[in-house]
Amino acid sequence: MTQINVTVDGVGYVDQVEPRRLLVHYLRENLGKTGTPVGCDTSNCGACTVLMNGSTVKSCAVLAVQADGAEITTIEGLGNGGLHPLQAAFHGEHALQCGYCTPGMILAAVDLLRDNPDPSDEEIREGLEGNLCRCTGYENIVRAVRRAAAAGAEGARA
Amino acid sequence: MTAVDETQAAGPQIGRARLRKEDARLITGQTTWTDNIQLPGLLHLAFARSPFAHAKIRNVDVSAALKLPGVVAAFSGADFAAEQGSLPCAWPVTEDIVIPDHPAMAVDEVRYVGEAVAVVVCRDRYAAADAVAAIDVDYDPLPPVLDIRAALDEGSPKVHAAGNKSYEWKFANGDLDAAFRDAPVVLERNYRQQRLIPSAMEPRSVVCAPLGEEYTMWSATQVPHILRFLLAAITGIPEQNLRVIAPDVGGGFGSKLQVTAEEELALLIARKLGKPVKWTESRSEGNLTVHHGRDQWQRIKIAADRDGRIRGLSVDLLADMGAYLMLVTPGVPLLGAFMFPAIYKMDAYSFDCTGVFTTKMPTDAYRGAGRPEATFAIERIMDDLADELGIEPLELRERNWIKHEEFPYTTICGLTYDSGNYEAATARAKELFDYDGLRREQAERAERGDPVRLGIGISTFTEMCGLAPSRVLGSLAYGAGGWEHASIRMLPTGKVEVVTGSSAHGQGHETAWSQIVSDQLGVPFEDIRVLHGDTQVSPKGMDTYGSRSLAVGGLALVQACDKVVDKARVIASSMLEAPPSEITFANGVFSAGTASKSIQEIALATFAAHDLPDGVEPSLDSDATYDPDNFSFPHGTHLCATEVDTETGFVKIRSYVAVDDVGVVVNPLIVEGQVHGGLAQGIAQALYEEGVYDDDGNLVTTTLADYLLPSASDLPSYVTDRTESRAANRLGVKGVGEAGTIASTPAVVNSIIDALRPLGVKDVVMPCTPERVWRAIEVARGAPQDAAAQHAARQSDQTQGNSPSAVIDGGGA
Repeated sequence: MTQINVTVDGVGYVDQVEPRRLLVHYLRENLGKTGTPVGCDTSNCGACTVLMNGSTVKSCAVLAVQADGAEITTIEGLGNGGLHPLQAAFHGEHALQCGYCTPGMILAAVDLLRDNPDPSDEEIREGLEGNLCRCTGYENIVRAVRRAAAAGAEGARA
Repeated sequence: MTAVDETQAAGPQIGRARLRKEDARLITGQTTWTDNIQLPGLLHLAFARSPFAHAKIRNVDVSAALKLPGVVAAFSGADFAAEQGSLPCAWPVTEDIVIPDHPAMAVDEVRYVGEAVAVVVCRDRYAAADAVAAIDVDYDPLPPVLDIRAALDEGSPKVHAAGNKSYEWKFANGDLDAAFRDAPVVLERNYRQQRLIPSAMEPRSVVCAPLGEEYTMWSATQVPHILRFLLAAITGIPEQNLRVIAPDVGGGFGSKLQVTAEEELALLIARKLGKPVKWTESRSEGNLTVHHGRDQWQRIKIAADRDGRIRGLSVDLLADMGAYLMLVTPGVPLLGAFMFPAIYKMDAYSFDCTGVFTTKMPTDAYRGAGRPEATFAIERIMDDLADELGIEPLELRERNWIKHEEFPYTTICGLTYDSGNYEAATARAKELFDYDGLRREQAERAERGDPVRLGIGISTFTEMCGLAPSRVLGSLAYGAGGWEHASIRMLPTGKVEVVTGSSAHGQGHETAWSQIVSDQLGVPFEDIRVLHGDTQVSPKGMDTYGSRSLAVGGLALVQACDKVVDKARVIASSMLEAPPSEITFANGVFSAGTASKSIQEIALATFAAHDLPDGVEPSLDSDATYDPDNFSFPHGTHLCATEVDTETGFVKIRSYVAVDDVGVVVNPLIVEGQVHGGLAQGIAQALYEEGVYDDDGNLVTTTLADYLLPSASDLPSYVTDRTESRAANRLGVKGVGEAGTIASTPAVVNSIIDALRPLGVKDVVMPCTPERVWRAIEVARGAPQDAAAQHAARQSDQTQGNSPSAVIDGGGA
């Protein structure tokens, strides 16, 4: 067992974990952060995407011990008590159906808009190609990211 | 695109683009996926699975696993042989169908890679992963059976002792001999429907907790009610002692319409150990063991007059059942039997399907289930017929389709299409697509020898859904009815609980059902809560599949609301001191002259029950079960423009227009979303996806790295619109869940062939990968087929659909 110090959604944790334990299992099973689901075992689907020190990682491809000292943001902490503009945009554009890919998709979009605050549709599609959705055909996800980008631009002007 | 309508304006809720009630928890991670569940002392299951496509099991030794830390128990199939029975097939399609015994864990023989042979029960999932690797199984390999075209040959190895044929099912109407004898034009085509892996984003998961003799099962299932009934039937556990809960379920697309080995074993192990157990599959385990879809070889023949009038149609199918018949495996191809004639009139039709066993994962329902296959074949051959006759392909379709004034129309299959307007949908699609402009551009590009050709693909589809009238299901030997149930509970505060027997897993029932009930009862949308997916809360239901929830379950809601209003009218009559016949009800208010009482006031008065008339029960609650009297027949016209690079074979969808007629729309936002998602899956069949087994029967596409589920960058933006012809039911609604998938596959492939037809290309086998497209062009240009095949052999795309003779040889007729 290895001791890790990790901050998740603003709360600090000290835990003993098996070195092979995946971050996603640590989040889900040790901390009860079940908002982050697992969709595959080859890091293709992106359902388990979280922010680690501000950048996206697929938490099924990170060991919990690698997160020692890190700050993790999951979908449960993203809104900081309210709704993040991307969460609001996904709701407003009907960008989810079953919702299983949604946490990862939203966090990937957060990272995308941070890198590129005003992406074209094509840039959005390319930026999200590491996250798979089986329900929406992506049309409304692209619209939601565009909407959040526009809201962000407006926010920046204000 | 649909503008959101969240206004508080008065008037009907039906038709408004309300944002979904479901979203609040899903966008914030407050979800209840089955794998989230933790219970005190919860044990984890992991399965040892066959690495052979076909083998005798000589010995299973779990002793080494039992010595590992954290291992509580380990079992082989033999340990459950006396109690596991056979997993159910609910659709024995013919009298003499062969339904092999299907044990949840193999006992003597394995028949596909991934079949469970042993299970470990451990204190955590990591210990389970270690322990399963310590199980030692001794196999005696047997020859695999992989090609359904050869499986019926004498001398083929046998999947089961009874042979490789499960059934042959036939349908015919009209004088087919005369149609083909007299028609001046006859075309025959062979099409391949490749094997698909449904790939819901949430992997399967099941938790089962015993409490004395009672069991609660949570499962990522589309069918909690069917699962409860069948688990009780096969295990003998009394149905009243079994509660099944489908919590948040992350997509299904038919793949979670099943009674699985893992669900049954979770129940049996929980019973044996008296402890709660959990099993959650990995994606690679799921690709092996979640039922697959499609996998047919189709031979279709069409006879027509020179003016394009269809005289007759004849279809022979070979359908891959896989190793066993699961819940509706044999019936899936037959859901297409009545759909090959599609929207067209003809004199005669015959259909013949042979279900064949192979040593592969069983097939079963996947979005569209039978109808995508049928629609593909008819829409593909219609384009070829148009080419043969020199008639514009939309014009050919129009000459044959049922005119809008001819509805209701009884087809050659005996189905009565209640409504439709193919002219209107086609006109709208042509307009949105700029059909004539693209045809001009296509001609210009061909004229100047542009290496990137433009193709236009057409799919004027219909389908049958809303499963289904119980009598019809009975006549097709299906094992259950097709009704749906709903309950309304009027709460004392005037709020409403709606209980539905359909079990949503992404479809948005909580929102759409609230809209329907709001209109029927005149209570605010926000005051309605929809409950589903738990057999204790919603004890009666037929669940969600076959685009049935609205077309069947939605109408059950209306009937349940009627009963509430009828009961409330009696009480209103007493409160308003007027005879019931003089009471009117509108917008939630009962009125007699100038006096009135709201339904909420009546709900409170009923709760108090102080002044009810003699003999009136103090309840407004109601139950209703609705059995539809017909299928639902959505239709539409889809047009796809692709740019096909003749030098690389790369296909780019330039524009896609879908105009669908799904009758009256309850929530346009949800309908549009269903169409989008359906399109993505249908396009994926055309261009990307194929479940591939190698020559030894190993699944090659076990992960999402190998099975190409399209991402946002692989798919186009869609233009969607609707036309509307009311269905002949009280809401005027039709199903929508599968329409996009059914329509889009032929639209895409037709566009590729349309682009390449001038080069002599007649067909490209799906998925139309760049290599396959390039190769088809090379062969058409006169490159020797062998050379092209040799070139292909050096590429990575060595899949079954790529076999040089992509035709049916013999069998099936």
